[in-house]
Amino acid sequence: MNKTDALIIGAGPTGLFTAHQLKLIGLNCEIVDNLDKIGGQCIELYPDKPIYDIPAVPECTGEELTNNLINQLKPFDIKFHLNERVDELKKENDNWIVKTNNGTVFSTPNVIIAGGVGSFEPRKFPVKECENFENKSVFYSVKNKKIFEGKTVSIFGGGDSALDWAVELSNTSKVNLIHRREDFRGAQATVDKVLKLSEDGKINLFTKYQMSSIKGQKELESIDIKHDNKEIETLKTDYVLGFFGLIMQLGPIANWGLNIDKKTVEVDTEKFETNQKGIYAVGDICSYPGKLKLILSGFHEGALAARACFKLARPNEKYRFEFTTSSKTIKDRLGIKGD
Amino acid sequence: MAKITYITHDNQNHTIEVQNGLSVMEGAVQNDIPGIDADCGGGMACATCHVYVNDNWFDKIPSKEDGEEDMLDMAYEPKKNSRLSCQIIVSDELDGLTVNIPSKQG
Repeated sequence: MNKTDALIIGAGPTGLFTAHQLKLIGLNCEIVDNLDKIGGQCIELYPDKPIYDIPAVPECTGEELTNNLINQLKPFDIKFHLNERVDELKKENDNWIVKTNNGTVFSTPNVIIAGGVGSFEPRKFPVKECENFENKSVFYSVKNKKIFEGKTVSIFGGGDSALDWAVELSNTSKVNLIHRREDFRGAQATVDKVLKLSEDGKINLFTKYQMSSIKGQKELESIDIKHDNKEIETLKTDYVLGFFGLIMQLGPIANWGLNIDKKTVEVDTEKFETNQKGIYAVGDICSYPGKLKLILSGFHEGALAARACFKLARPNEKYRFEFTTSSKTIKDRLGIKGD
Repeated sequence: MAKITYITHDNQNHTIEVQNGLSVMEGAVQNDIPGIDADCGGGMACATCHVYVNDNWFDKIPSKEDGEEDMLDMAYEPKKNSRLSCQIIVSDELDGLTVNIPSKQG
């Protein structure tokens, strides 16, 4: 059981800055995120896209913003639990007991949901029967590439994941690469590699095709792919990999008894607390009159939620507002020596 | 102002007057048309506002930028007439535009 003053769900910019605010006022916290890396939407959806409306930062990319926020947390010791999704939450006396899908358990008076638009899950094939083969012969990520050795693998998608795996697996497997159009959005160098491997007969390339059906009783036998001109091609295959990016799902949060409207959680604007005491929502996932889905609003919301956490985490202490420019206590927490 | 018709997957027509300058996505979200989720809020960073544009209209609306085509790779059952509705800005010229919403997003 991990005991902490506050648990933050979501390691996007809002979650990171909320952690900073909690540590500044002397509370500890841990952060859980379903992705395998820190940064949330900024790193997953637009790492290279410039952002122009962060105060005092004329221009930065999603990746730069994330790195700066991580740097800002350097003075502090914060435990990240990546690749974990918060599944269950229940009240036990004054604390919330929170469980993740990996079995990690937290006990905390404060849970701050900084979940963006929910947790990222792989986008799946529209062909419903693919579910029957999921995690047996249909995969949306590669955990153990050894299983593909000497087998036929049909890879769908046109981005870096699809192309990288097509190149990699073409060494040891028979690879079909199927994409809905002729242009690929992966890195040009990888696209060139794929085209070369296709010329050399190492990758069977099918462009302007999408999956139309999947066949097999217990074992996957073949898939049908359909060209834009409606012609159908049947491919015998042992495995199918789909790389269509990620989609955001509200997930288990929907079952926690919170007031939810249009995938967002209602909060007050003093503490950013939900209808459940000790559960807060900040950033894109919260809603209140006038809510703007801007990163800067998330920072403000996190700062106020952090102060609210203080009351529940230190019921016998009085919170004192202090500036980082003048407070000795805060400078100590930041590890800044004398002045 | 333009009248935009959204046809949901259950074949229900929803015709709505949308102000110039708003996107077809915003017109749907503000009027609670089901099936346009717009998770990223119009940043061309998801594909949950995906629509099929009626063939008569497809060539009349401004064409796609590269980034939009990339995102459409991730849409649910993309077709030749697929667009992201956040990238279609409403103007008087779009009066009568009809879009179909896929049976699900993502």
